[in-house]
Amino acid sequence: MTDDTAVDTAVYLYGVARGLDPAVLEGAEGVAGAPVRALDAAGLTALISTVRLEEFGERALRERLEDLDWLEATARAHHEVVDRAARAAPTAPVRIATIYRDEERVGQVLAEDRERFALVLDRIRGRSEWGVKAYAYAEALQGDDPAEPAEPAPPSPPAAPDAAGGSTGGESAGGGAEGAGTAYLRRRQSQRRRREDAGRRVTAQAQEIHAELGDHAVASRQHPAQDPRLSGHDGTQILNVAYLLDDERVEAFADAARRIDARLPGIGIELTGPWPPYSFIDTDETTPAAGRPA
Amino acid sequence: MSDISWTGGRSPARSVSGQQPQGGANLADLLERILDKGIVIVGDIRVNLLDIELLTIKLRLLVASVDRAKEMGIDWWEHDPSLSSGARKNQAAADGGGAAAVQAEAEPAGLTAPDGHGEHDELLRENRLLRERLAALEAAAEPGDDPPAAPAEPAAARKTAARTKKTSKASEASDERDAPDGPADRGRA
Repeated sequence: MTDDTAVDTAVYLYGVARGLDPAVLEGAEGVAGAPVRALDAAGLTALISTVRLEEFGERALRERLEDLDWLEATARAHHEVVDRAARAAPTAPVRIATIYRDEERVGQVLAEDRERFALVLDRIRGRSEWGVKAYAYAEALQGDDPAEPAEPAPPSPPAAPDAAGGSTGGESAGGGAEGAGTAYLRRRQSQRRRREDAGRRVTAQAQEIHAELGDHAVASRQHPAQDPRLSGHDGTQILNVAYLLDDERVEAFADAARRIDARLPGIGIELTGPWPPYSFIDTDETTPAAGRPA
Repeated sequence: MSDISWTGGRSPARSVSGQQPQGGANLADLLERILDKGIVIVGDIRVNLLDIELLTIKLRLLVASVDRAKEMGIDWWEHDPSLSSGARKNQAAADGGGAAAVQAEAEPAGLTAPDGHGEHDELLRENRLLRERLAALEAAAEPGDDPPAAPAEPAAARKTAARTKKTSKASEASDERDAPDGPADRGRA
């Protein structure tokens, strides 16, 4: 790197691969649209691009990371690069915004951390991450009464048509002996009980799904549930887990997910992948499957 | 990018195609993987790891910019069962920062059971509104055909309250061209 550019630029590190054909990176666009290149050091390949300190300097980063537009664009670019490499060779993603002064420093880090990278790469070789989300739809959450109108979110308006004169369960809402409010309260109470039962059932189903899919996996890691609107579903997300799969188990895993989707009424399964093994880099936070050392 | 390799038959808003509208993986899937996962090695540019962890928390509690997040469709803080004990509580956590935020983050949310909080109050309020509505209906001695109007009010009010919460951190993030970090960074490492 020449002195002129060194003053204003730094090197962004996306991930570390082993045995990667550099041709795979041809045409890849990194963060801020920069071309991505491979840097070989210590028997490993670093995926890097040049960034301007004006955008990726210490203070600039701190502020831009809070800008959701910038964050999204950067996260997507980071992912594109890691994903491209991960499909061609074992690739360990590096945390977003890991930046070095120059290529020489990247080489140094690879050499210093060679053993740690080797461990990670050994663990993920021939494997990929798959995401499974399970959704419970209204009929699974409402309990047993199919005549009950769907209530997607917990705090929602009561079923006013019923209260105003309809009678689905033999309870007269406009009743004589009881006040209308009392009857309504009673009906709401039983509705709530049914919902709680349904909630327990759905939670048990989520555990069952996780156990069944986990049988195919080397390891798993739970993610927090996502918002329904964000995921484009009208269901409630009851499971959000990443599984690390041996490549040859992927098909059986997907079949299992399909069968579960068909088998459980009111439950929908969504499968995404293959992902670079983001969720399985840090062994402390992942759960190895029983009897299968990760 | 990752393929959406398969989605269940009940997925209404998404086809089985590999492409999302924005040309990539679902943003939520992506951020939950990219932000705080991956090998952590110390770079020369020192973005404190805590900054990123904090960012992850902020993204969940949406201190950064509620309005912008909504545009992106990120509003899980309103629905996430582990956070939905009330927008007001979230607001308190956002304003008060620290402890409350960390606590919310620490809740294991991978497995969640749907349920409502404050249902009792909700019932009482709905009951009162329904009584009023019934009285009005009986007085008018005719069947109403816009029943949900009155009971819908509490929910609407709550929504409005949630929308008013907003902090300015991200909107203050300005161009900082006048602050080159470069030389300092180079000198340090």
